[in-house]
Amino acid sequence: MTTAELAKQIGQLLQQEQAALGAEWQEQLQALALRGNASSKEQLRNHTSQFLAAFSSATSGGELENIEHRSWDEVRNLLAEISSSRAKSGSTPSETATFVFSLKQPLFTQLQKAFSGNPEALAAAAWTVTTVLDKLGLYTIEVFQKTKDQIIIRQQQELLELSTPVVKLWDGILALPLIGTLDSARTQVVMENILQKIVNTGAVIAIIDITGVPTVDTLVAQHLMKTIAAARLMGADCIISGIRPQIAQTIVHLGVNLEDVITKATLADAFLIALERTGAAITIKHA
Amino acid sequence: MERIPILRIGDLLLVTIQVDMHDRLALQLQEDLTERIVKDSAKGVLIDISALDLVDSFIGRLLSDTAAMARVLDARTVLVGMQPAVAITLVELGLALHGVKTALNFEKGMALLGRSFK
Repeated sequence: MTTAELAKQIGQLLQQEQAALGAEWQEQLQALALRGNASSKEQLRNHTSQFLAAFSSATSGGELENIEHRSWDEVRNLLAEISSSRAKSGSTPSETATFVFSLKQPLFTQLQKAFSGNPEALAAAAWTVTTVLDKLGLYTIEVFQKTKDQIIIRQQQELLELSTPVVKLWDGILALPLIGTLDSARTQVVMENILQKIVNTGAVIAIIDITGVPTVDTLVAQHLMKTIAAARLMGADCIISGIRPQIAQTIVHLGVNLEDVITKATLADAFLIALERTGAAITIKHA
Repeated sequence: MERIPILRIGDLLLVTIQVDMHDRLALQLQEDLTERIVKDSAKGVLIDISALDLVDSFIGRLLSDTAAMARVLDARTVLVGMQPAVAITLVELGLALHGVKTALNFEKGMALLGRSFK
């Protein structure tokens, strides 16, 4: 029997026994499912029947070797949809892959019935079906992983935007409270933000507050110096504030040279200096 | 040959770069500027680069050198109006232009010069 004939036969079998297969498969899935609620049962029924319909028509197409073939488009799209929705709802990868793998047992039972008189054909059919299902299972995991990666990338971008505000404290004075570790990508965003803000507000002094920076190593210090140098090129002086005692110790131990930069322990001290520089002064009125 | 004009205001020289700087033009500017500082006995030089949105390492170094030359001739140089993108590029190139004074715009640059030789 040729592969094409075999495929045709399997396709026919799938079409004929679709209802029985679907029922048995759902049972399997429900037995395996860790959390089963009403809506997911309904969804599961939809998914299984859609998948079986697509799977049987794809199998009849004859291209059992290659699931990248055009005839598998529908199956792949359906699996991608199921997989990505599961990734978003927080399922584990094995739960997602089990969806495909659990079809094996019901399908093998049906194959056994259909090819009971012909053990050779049964072996060939079982092998073909198992390779196809394995490929589809791997495909679901791939899509699952891709969806997770996309979620991580999106969150990283959101974090980047959240963590680099530039605040105007006074006429000509900007503050940049940094929170979290500075890496190259963030330094770039911080630099662009602060330089643009300097242009927009005509600021002459920028205070970089590093209270929220957990550790300062040589790399972070270098990134800070870069930001300061760029701001200086635009004609704005920088003050670093919010240096905690531990950070002061690490800076000195590491031999980082911050001598060209004005440094202050608190943002309040830095603000006072900045006000002086811009010609403003604070007077306290006693009641 | 194309040249960048140098204007005199009192004892200040004003250079506004409004075209794309190519190497030969930049070298010509350096030469012209040093000559004019001596001829006009200028005390300050204001270089406005707000129209420049592309600076390479050569131009960056040349600007820095020009400022150093002016200092030798007893004139203070202020570089004004640098674009954010240019500032980032120069810093990434490792050219922080340490000897050059900078200001955000022309007005602030004038204030800086007015202050620095009072």
